[in-house]
Amino acid sequence: MTVTPKISLRGVSKAFGPKEVLRGVDLDIARGESVVVIGGSGTGKSVLIKSILGIIEADADAGTIAIDGVDVTQMRGSERDAVNKQFGMLFQGAALFDSLTVWENVGFGLLARDRSLSRRAAREQAIETLGKVGLAADVADLVPSELSGGMQKRVGLARAIAGQPQIVFFDEPTTGLDPIMADVINDLIVATVKHQGLTALSITHDMASARKIGDRIAMLYEGKLIWVGPAQDVDNSGNAFVDQFVNGRAEGPIKMQVRR
Amino acid sequence: MNPLALVGHVVLRFLGHVGRLTIFAGTALSHCLRPPIYGRLIGHQMIEIGFYSLPVVGLTAIFSGMVLALQSYTGFARFSAETAIPNVVVISLTRELGPVLAGLMVAGRIGASMAAEIGTMRVTEQIDALSTLSTNPFKYLVVPRLLAGLLMLPLLVLVADAIGVAGGYVVSVYKLGFNPSVYINSTYEAVKMLDVVSGVVKAAAFGFIIALMGCYNGYYSKGGAQGVGAATTNAVVSASIVILITNYVITEMFFGT
Repeated sequence: MTVTPKISLRGVSKAFGPKEVLRGVDLDIARGESVVVIGGSGTGKSVLIKSILGIIEADADAGTIAIDGVDVTQMRGSERDAVNKQFGMLFQGAALFDSLTVWENVGFGLLARDRSLSRRAAREQAIETLGKVGLAADVADLVPSELSGGMQKRVGLARAIAGQPQIVFFDEPTTGLDPIMADVINDLIVATVKHQGLTALSITHDMASARKIGDRIAMLYEGKLIWVGPAQDVDNSGNAFVDQFVNGRAEGPIKMQVRR
Repeated sequence: MNPLALVGHVVLRFLGHVGRLTIFAGTALSHCLRPPIYGRLIGHQMIEIGFYSLPVVGLTAIFSGMVLALQSYTGFARFSAETAIPNVVVISLTRELGPVLAGLMVAGRIGASMAAEIGTMRVTEQIDALSTLSTNPFKYLVVPRLLAGLLMLPLLVLVADAIGVAGGYVVSVYKLGFNPSVYINSTYEAVKMLDVVSGVVKAAAFGFIIALMGCYNGYYSKGGAQGVGAATTNAVVSASIVILITNYVITEMFFGT
């Protein structure tokens, strides 16, 4: 019996003007699996996640995106909202709402999805979720500008998981953090994803993070997935592009564009 | 570049903006009519646009009324027509100066702040975050600002009219030696309901335009701090120009022959 993937991408292509960012991406992610997409800056990693979330409009697009076997590519309005309810997302810069307090950020999705929920109940749930990412209740009434980068990432993670999503997306979860804080965030991601049985799709160019949080790693290059395999095989992929990226070498088949 | 190609490029770009703005306004209006409506946010924006703009609009109005009385006097005195000053002050303020000056001042204050706030939310992915949290950015960010602009500008203009007339009264009575009760009576007799209504209609239109331009430019800003800065400038400039054009169109509708 074939098991329906939680997320299935088939021939996903996105172009913005003359620039083809994604050029036929095929990827299946099983329920409860954590896949990390690696690749250089500007290779379309963020576009890939935003395409699944349905929050990016390209000038030209093709292919299908299915969640639990249901094609969501053309879904709009309330139908799309219903699909998006099972998503949580940690943005690269955390993207916290700077006019709201920490607990209002974490409880934002709870209040949006259940309009009968009182603010008091939302606050309690938000504080409980903050506890899961290692933040004490006394940060609940601070505003994001009063937090360090690492704490903002934790609040972003709490906001992503507060609505008990089935699928979580992580966009460069460790970018801009010191190595120790990056590892703390990685541990939190592993703990939340594995313990709650979530499906996760992460994008990063931090290989330590990719190895730690991914069951499988896929490499995106020039809009295509050029290698997909188990995380433990990434150092022995036999793919020159992957080897160059993983080892961070300037020399190799990937030529960095230093001048336009 | 070929000059004709340049003209074509500019025209196409302009038409592209007009089309996008029209779709943006249509989408925002359609969301105004469908739940959920965020009452708290509308209330917050009403205070931001209405209450906090009172000082700047009030100051503009009072000095405009004062200057109007003074300038009218220097001109009308040549023809011994000083008695027309109360009429000129009240009609100029209610029909034109009140709504246009309030509109331009609020465009500078509120249009810029809306574009900067929404633009910053765009470049820091906060608008994307709203979408992932089951919240439509149009409903959450655009609709409250549009409704607040539409509702608060008319109130601001009514206050500006009253303050402006009071400014004219102060100069006329205390500097130019007008009889206070004659001045007030002349003002009441000169102003017609249509004058006030036309000013209020203009104010509602200007409030909508200011919020629309602020939200539109902020929503589509890109490129970090520079993009947000450009969005802010565009919001104020485009709102000011559209206000002046709309002012002529509404004046033509009410008073055109």
